[in-house]
Amino acid sequence: MNAPTYNFAYLDEQTKRMIRRAILKAIAIPGYQVPFASREMPMPYGWGTGGVQVTAAILGPTDVLKVIDQGSDDTTNAISIRKFFAKTAGVTTTTSTEVATVIQTRHRIPEASLRAGQVLVYQVPIPEPLRYLEPRETETRRMHALAEYGLMHVKLYEDIARFGHIATAYAYPVKVNARYVMDPSPTPKFDNPKMDNCPALQLFGAGREKRIYAIPPYTSVVSLDFEDHPFTRYKFDAPCALCGAADSYLDEIVTDDKGSRMFVCSDTDYCEGRQAAGHRGSQAAAPHKEAAHD
Amino acid sequence: MIEAPGMSDQPLLVAEGLAKTYGRLVACRDISFTLYPGEVLAIVGESGSGKSTLLQMLSAQLAPSAGRVSYRMRDGVLRDLAALGEAERRFLFRTDWGYVHQDPAQGLRMAVSAGANVGERLMAVGWNNYGRIRQTASSWLDRVEIDVARIDDAPRTYSGGMRQRLQIARNLVTEPRLVFMDEPTGGLDVSVQARLLDLMRSLVNELGLAAVVVTHDLAVARLLSHRVIVMKEGRVIETGLTDQVLDDPREPYTQLLVSSILPP
Repeated sequence: MNAPTYNFAYLDEQTKRMIRRAILKAIAIPGYQVPFASREMPMPYGWGTGGVQVTAAILGPTDVLKVIDQGSDDTTNAISIRKFFAKTAGVTTTTSTEVATVIQTRHRIPEASLRAGQVLVYQVPIPEPLRYLEPRETETRRMHALAEYGLMHVKLYEDIARFGHIATAYAYPVKVNARYVMDPSPTPKFDNPKMDNCPALQLFGAGREKRIYAIPPYTSVVSLDFEDHPFTRYKFDAPCALCGAADSYLDEIVTDDKGSRMFVCSDTDYCEGRQAAGHRGSQAAAPHKEAAHD
Repeated sequence: MIEAPGMSDQPLLVAEGLAKTYGRLVACRDISFTLYPGEVLAIVGESGSGKSTLLQMLSAQLAPSAGRVSYRMRDGVLRDLAALGEAERRFLFRTDWGYVHQDPAQGLRMAVSAGANVGERLMAVGWNNYGRIRQTASSWLDRVEIDVARIDDAPRTYSGGMRQRLQIARNLVTEPRLVFMDEPTGGLDVSVQARLLDLMRSLVNELGLAAVVVTHDLAVARLLSHRVIVMKEGRVIETGLTDQVLDDPREPYTQLLVSSILPP
C-alpha cells in the first residue's frame, strides 16, 4: 500500500510562489490587504486556513514551528496544526516561544518578547476593520485608498457614548506605518502595544476572505483613540493563580459548578516557564507536572 | 422676498450647457445657469422632467454627457468638477458641500447614534477630541430642535421629521457653503413640513448658505428660494426671481403648474 505523498509543507510549489508574492507585496505596503488565490485546505474555514497557507508558504526544512490557540499550545486547533506540519513538512515543532522561528497564532501574541528573525503568523477571520460600519467592499477599498478613516472613530465614539469608555476589547483597530488602518485579528487589545516596533515579522492570513497583510519588523503600529479617551491596556485585578505573573493576559477558568473560578495566564508556555523558574501563585499545587503533548 | 445675505458678485457654481443622455433617452439638455454665494435656487417641474438628474450632475455624482460644472473652491479659484481628483471630490462633498436626501435613511447611518451621525464629518476631517465632538453635536441637535437628551438614540427610533432635521444637522456641521437638497420635505405631513421649512429658512439665512433645492412642491420653492428654474422634458423652460415666476408665469406650462395649486 502506498502512503499518500505530499509536497513539502502540503501545498504545491506553484501555490507557494503565489502566496509568497502576496506576502512580499503585503510587506512592501504595511497594513494593506493583498488579495490572494486562497486554496481549499484539509480543514474547515474558521480553523486557520489562512494562517496555515501562510505558514506553508514560508516554512523551510530548518524552521522550528510553534502553534498557539488563545495563547495555549495544547488546544485542539494548536495540536492538529502542529501535527499537520510535522507530518507534511517534517519540521521540528516546539512549545517554546524562545526556540521557535515560525509561530502560528490564533487570538494571542506570546508574552515573551519576540526577536528579530522570528515570524508571527496570525489566523484572521475578518480582515476588514471597516466591515461592520460599511458593508460595501467597493466602498471600503476606496476608503482605504483615500485614507478616509473617519468612520473608524465613529465606532469608538459609539463605544464611549454607550459605555462611557472605549469598550472594544479585541480586534482593536490600529494604524500601521501612519497609513493603513488594520484589524489586528481578534487578539485582545492587551496585545496591541506588542505589535508596535516589533523586531519580528508579523504576517496575517485570512483564508475565507482571501487576504494577506503584514507588519514588517520595526514598524509603527498605533491604536486609534481620542485625545480625551486615550487607548488603555486592559488591567487585571489579580495575578495569575498558578505562576503569580502580574503582567500577563489571564483566562478565566471555571473550576466547579458552584461558581468557583480561577484566573491563569492564557500563554501556557510563559506560565510553565515561570513555574519552572520557581514562581508560585495563590492556587499553584504541586510543582508543575503536566506539559503539552505532541 | 428677503435680501440674501453674503451675496457677492463672483459666482459659486456655474453650469454650462449641461446634458445627459441615456442612449436615445434624453434626461437633460443644454442647461446653463450660475449660482451666487448665499443664493437659494429652486428647481421645479413634474416627475421625470430631469430635476434629480440635474442635481446629481451638479453635485458631481453623475458625469454629464456634455457641458460642465465649475465650482469656486474656498481658495477663490473656479474649478471644473470633472477635472478634480476623486479624493478632492469626496473631500469637497463632506466639507464644503451638504446633500440632503429625500429619504433620510440614505443620508444617515441608521444604526449609530444621532451624536455619531452628526460627528462623523468632524471625525472625517480629523477631529480627535470626544468631548468637543459631542459638544458640537449637541449644539447642532439643539439648533435643529431635537431634544439633546436623545443624542445617544439611533435615528431609526426617530420620527420622519426628526430624521430629516438630523440629516440637516449632519450636513451643516462642517459649515458648508453649498447644500443640495432633493425633495427635502417629501413624505412628511403638512405641519411637519411647515416646521422643517421654517427651520431651513432660518438656517440658510443665518449661515449665508447657497442651496440648490429640487422640489415639485411650489410652496417649498416660494418659501425657500430666491430664484426658480422650471423644467419640462429635460430642458429649462422658464427661469427668474421666485415671486416673478410664481406670480406672473410666462410659459403655459408654468401657468398650469401654478394654477394647479389649491388656493389657500
